Amino acid sequence: MNLLNIIFLLEFSVIKPAFGFMFWATVVFLIFWLFVGKLAFKPIVRALNQRADDIQTSLDAAKTAREQMSQLKAENEKIMAEARDEKMKIIKEAKEAANLIINESKEKAKEEANRIMVNSKNDIENAKKAALVDIKNQVGVMALDIAEKVMRKDLASSQQDYVKRLVDEIKMN
Amino acid sequence: MYKVFKNSLFVAIFSVTRLFAQQHAAEMGANAGQDTLAHSVNIPSGAHSAAEEVHGAGPAVMDANHAEHAAGGHEEAEFKADEAAFHHISDLNVYSIGPWNLPLPCMLYAPNKGWSLFSSSKFGIDNAHHGSGHKAIDGYVLNHGKVMRVKDPNFPQTEVEVGHFTTREEVIDEKGTKKDVSYVEYNGAEYALEHQSTADGGLFGGGITNFYDFSITKNVAGMFLILALLSWLFLSMAKKYKSAPGTAPTGIQKLIEPLIMFIKEEVAIPFIGAKHERFMPLLLSLFFLILALNLFGQIPFFGGTNVTGNLGFTVVLAIIVTLVVNFNGNKHYWQHIFNMPGIPGWVKFLITPIEVLSIFIKPLTLSLRLFANITAGHIVILVFISLIFMFGKSGANPGAAWGASVASVLLALFISAIELLVAFIQAYVFTLLTASYIGAATEEHHAHEAEH
Amino acid sequence: MTGSIAAIGMGLAAIGAGIGVGNIGGKAFEAIARQPEAVGDIRANMILTAALVEGAALIAILMAFLVK
Repeated sequence: MNLLNIIFLLEFSVIKPAFGFMFWATVVFLIFWLFVGKLAFKPIVRALNQRADDIQTSLDAAKTAREQMSQLKAENEKIMAEARDEKMKIIKEAKEAANLIINESKEKAKEEANRIMVNSKNDIENAKKAALVDIKNQVGVMALDIAEKVMRKDLASSQQDYVKRLVDEIKMN
Repeated sequence: MYKVFKNSLFVAIFSVTRLFAQQHAAEMGANAGQDTLAHSVNIPSGAHSAAEEVHGAGPAVMDANHAEHAAGGHEEAEFKADEAAFHHISDLNVYSIGPWNLPLPCMLYAPNKGWSLFSSSKFGIDNAHHGSGHKAIDGYVLNHGKVMRVKDPNFPQTEVEVGHFTTREEVIDEKGTKKDVSYVEYNGAEYALEHQSTADGGLFGGGITNFYDFSITKNVAGMFLILALLSWLFLSMAKKYKSAPGTAPTGIQKLIEPLIMFIKEEVAIPFIGAKHERFMPLLLSLFFLILALNLFGQIPFFGGTNVTGNLGFTVVLAIIVTLVVNFNGNKHYWQHIFNMPGIPGWVKFLITPIEVLSIFIKPLTLSLRLFANITAGHIVILVFISLIFMFGKSGANPGAAWGASVASVLLALFISAIELLVAFIQAYVFTLLTASYIGAATEEHHAHEAEH
Repeated sequence: MTGSIAAIGMGLAAIGAGIGVGNIGGKAFEAIARQPEAVGDIRANMILTAALVEGAALIAILMAFLVK
């Protein structure tokens, strides 16, 4: 069968564009394009673009916020570190001051103690001297007393030892 | 759970396809038992010379020769797969849902009669006879669901009862071109019928005849149905975007939004570039209308509207696309066509006609591609279904018919699955090519790779 | 015997387009395998080129219909 016969004989109507059908096809497509396209597709595409922009803006904002956050964190850390340094410094200074005060007081106390010791030594020395003077006076007096007693009781040679013992007793005192 | 769903889906598809086959079995059985589609192989000679058929167009007396043909038709009722397939993809003036033929409004214009507006139910549609009417109104008759007009102007231009329809192969011109000519019987005589006027200018056997059919045919009804459906869908979607802007998509938005984004990101922006915003409504309209009509045409039982598989529809789309492309063409585009820069003068004499021709070849291939793909798919499915009747010899061999039906249903199911893919691909390709043509026409900087 | 020279032409057009589209598809898959990240661009251009080849075949088939 000839190819042309397929068209001419078997009424292959779909390849023959009918005027009426083409007219209605034009009407339908123009309605769809101009009416639905304008009232539906334009707003939908605009809304989708809007949403894409929104999402992009939100992402950018989140990124900026994250950057700012990390910046703030770094600043905070810096401040913290500074505060820590300051604290250490203050503590160090306080310690130094305390040490100074303690050392000063120690010095003072030492000096005082030394002074007191010197004074007491002097006092002791003085007292000793006074005591020695007193003893010498006493010894003199006693010697005189002893001499007096010896004299009264007749001085015997045997009594010399006794005198000697008496003198020794005085020394031991 | 998923497996159960998948299995039940398969069973559902299978049973629908099976039913589809059975429906066609009923239709085609009725068809084959009828004399109307039977071709008499012999070319009528003598009284029916070519000259008489073309120019005479008078009422031919039903002679013995014709009677013999008619009778012969009754006996040698042979099933023809190509005829059945071509009938099922063609546009009709009745809407077939299942076994019923719903009437549609007829708006017919004949230059010698004026407008005739009536419902196709006035023809007295006979469901058992595949949508042929038994009445003639203003010279119009319904032959197998299609409005035709009696050639003879002396035929009664009112409502009259008519008899059988007959189709015969005849020589229509001096070159020996053969053509099927349909006849209707009235008052014991046969009157030749004419198809509606078509815009192919006789190239494909059509041309201007004695009437124009502006009826709401089944394809037009299907188009309006899809138009209403898509309008409702997209307008309600747009309302949702307006009423709740910036919210996550819900419901049908989830299905449609990726498609819109796909057209925008994969088609419009790469091919048109910065100016794509202006052409988005056109591209989306083309994509969704073609896609919806492709898918709608694949629903069995539901009229079998074959809109995108009709050259009329694709030609209209291609013409609109061409107008948009050429009205938006900038200086570079026209310079590219008429005075291509960078080539010697004598080559321009060769290039320019080709470029000018390409303005018309682009829409031609655009429309033919969509038409050919969809039509081929429909015909392949219908021919596979027809295998049942070819093996079953139109009911004479039921065992072979049952055997063939298993194979043909499986094959038809397979092709249907491929056709689903083709429906998407062709809608995508049409949109993509439109975008590339628009992109080439609106491109600011001259680029040589834009040439097609 | 049925058929005509035009039918042979139609078949030849289909063969040519088949070879062309097959080559396009094959090369596109090779390209995708080499550069999976460019799949969008490759697919779009593949379909565009295939459509152009198919267009030539369609015109040939149309001519086969029209020229006796």
